[in-house]
Amino acid sequence: MMPTLDDDPFDDAILTDPYEFQTRLREAGPVVHLPKLGVYAMGRYDEVRAALTDWESFVSSRGVGLSDFAKKKPWRPPSLLLENDPPSHTGFRAVMNDVISPRTMRTLRAQFAKDADELAEELVRRRRFDAVTDLAEVYPLKVFPDAVGLRPDGRENLLPYGALAFNAFGPDNAHARRAFAAAEPVLEWIAESCRREALSGTGFGASIWAAADRGEITPEQAPVLVRSLLTAGVDTTVYGIGNTMYAIGTHADQWADLRDNPGRAKFAFDEALRFESPVQTFFRTAPADVEIAGTIVPAGSKVLLFLGSANRDWRRWGEDAGTFRIDRDAGGHVAFGMGVHQCVGQPVARLEAEMVLSALARRVARVELDGDPVPKLNNSLKGWASIPVRVTPA
Amino acid sequence: MSCSSKETHTVVVELDLVVHRRRVVAEGVVELTLRRQDGAALPSWEAGAHIDLVLGPDLVRQYSLCGDPADRCSWRIAVLREHGSRGGSAAVHGELAEGSQVGVRGPRNHFRFEPSRRYVLIAGGIGITPIMAMAAAADDRGADWSLTYGGRTRASMAYASDLRDRYGARVDLRPQDEFGLLDLDSLLGEPAGDTLVYCCGPEPLLEAVEKRCAGWPRGALHVERFSPKEFDAQASDHPFEVVLARSGRTVMVSSGQSILSAVREAGVQVLSSCEEGTCGTCETTVLAGEVDHRDSLLSEEERAAGETMMVCVSRAACAKLTLDL
Repeated sequence: MMPTLDDDPFDDAILTDPYEFQTRLREAGPVVHLPKLGVYAMGRYDEVRAALTDWESFVSSRGVGLSDFAKKKPWRPPSLLLENDPPSHTGFRAVMNDVISPRTMRTLRAQFAKDADELAEELVRRRRFDAVTDLAEVYPLKVFPDAVGLRPDGRENLLPYGALAFNAFGPDNAHARRAFAAAEPVLEWIAESCRREALSGTGFGASIWAAADRGEITPEQAPVLVRSLLTAGVDTTVYGIGNTMYAIGTHADQWADLRDNPGRAKFAFDEALRFESPVQTFFRTAPADVEIAGTIVPAGSKVLLFLGSANRDWRRWGEDAGTFRIDRDAGGHVAFGMGVHQCVGQPVARLEAEMVLSALARRVARVELDGDPVPKLNNSLKGWASIPVRVTPA
Repeated sequence: MSCSSKETHTVVVELDLVVHRRRVVAEGVVELTLRRQDGAALPSWEAGAHIDLVLGPDLVRQYSLCGDPADRCSWRIAVLREHGSRGGSAAVHGELAEGSQVGVRGPRNHFRFEPSRRYVLIAGGIGITPIMAMAAAADDRGADWSLTYGGRTRASMAYASDLRDRYGARVDLRPQDEFGLLDLDSLLGEPAGDTLVYCCGPEPLLEAVEKRCAGWPRGALHVERFSPKEFDAQASDHPFEVVLARSGRTVMVSSGQSILSAVREAGVQVLSSCEEGTCGTCETTVLAGEVDHRDSLLSEEERAAGETMMVCVSRAACAKLTLDL
């Protein structure tokens, strides 16, 4: 008999603090029925990771949100990456792997470092700032669109667009409806920005169009791949940097560790991704009956994978899974997903976070909260609208 | 050539193809003609394109298409049995018979044949495969072109007599046992305007051609490095030593263990994620030693440079590696 939980994981109480619910979910069993949503859910590390890597039993082409593309037309043409399966997915992924490769990352490093240093310098001068609106939203919105090759005007449109995409994976609730209303005016700007003419001659966008010139993708597919960068590349990093600042702002000893070893910035970010994962959930669809730990999930079911819960499962991370510890080996967390759909922009996010955190660690002796942080609710993302902080220069 | 025509996009997809025909075209070289089971049209391609043969879960190899792009129903590749091969070419020679099924991705083209009035084509050994398609394209375009084709012996040179029969004096066959090394000085000694040079062959030939073309206009020379490194988990997983320069530690990596896990066991923190060589998170600077690269990210140039490696899957090709950890 499959365990059942009567919660709606997308209600405001759980979106605000998902961890009590996630503990109940993990302890209820490897797979749990959620009758309120009519879906199955998994919260343990082993099962979540196995489902993420088993793209045949848990497909993405029927949408990675609650809505089943086989039954309902999606709100936009599906992503060629996120909402696609091999073999069709394979070639697009190969193109993106060429676009965001170790080579391109090396060329970005110096500019990312310079922008991080300038921002850190200014924030430390101010002593008090908001770690979200003055830092986590500012830095990615500068370096990432530059790396894509977006025009300078209108970049503020990226945040409502990302908020919409991630809210749209949940049910049709107040968050989704508000996000649609807020993003409606920017949809045209987004579409316009993916055209070849709107993009600079260098950058990720131009590289995608070059793949179209080489015949690896069609000219119709190029803007859809550029759109993936704009959907997935901004909010996730904003939330990730904000969550790292929150974790560090509430763990004074951890900042001391980072200040003494700025080279640990990349580990601090990785641990923060595990501890408070920006993308908390993704759905998959079972195209056929699939057995999970002895129970059958019937064909056509939506299955909700709790990445954030897997990343706090004591079975994988030990008794202190709920503790933020930057000396932890967080490798293998599923905050970026796992398998063929693992975040293609992962190296960009990591570089951004490493640069901005190490720039601060070199200049700041202490970080303290300077007021109550304000959560920012989103159906898929966990993070903050505001984290007021006060810093003491080194 | 006729087949039912079904229009296909030129995106990279994985196809299940059948070995329609298999024949030996030179010493150690087998030619495969691949078709769809139902004989329907395949994606279109141009000279210089390659396909990936999916020969096993971790065994994917690239081969240039060498047939006629106008034949939409079949693809042709020619594969040399590499001496000491433990992977791709051994699987092709040993396992793919007529009627066998094989997964194929592509085609993709990283060696595009740009328009020009004149071409100098140079092939060494099995490097003839992409060059042969280029010779056909140059001839179709009515360009002024020549092909210089070297190899160990005449019997080892695939398609040598076909090329000579088809194009006559444009093709210069230069088996090494009869003529010695290719005379690149007279071929490339003087930079020529309006001329593109295309070369594919073994590394020493490519390096020699690159050296001769240093004085040519930028962009005149195009080369393709074939025969990607092959490896086999069982055969080459020898134990080795890793010096962690920054931590001042030395660890032993046993066979069957990754560098990543050995370094972690020693208590040194390393960033990692996928642990299968696809995400790039564990990229580490190599300070000394030779690397046996097994990731899916680095380019051939980066592998050859050996300055960086993915410690989750790649190993040492020597007794001692020194890493910036």
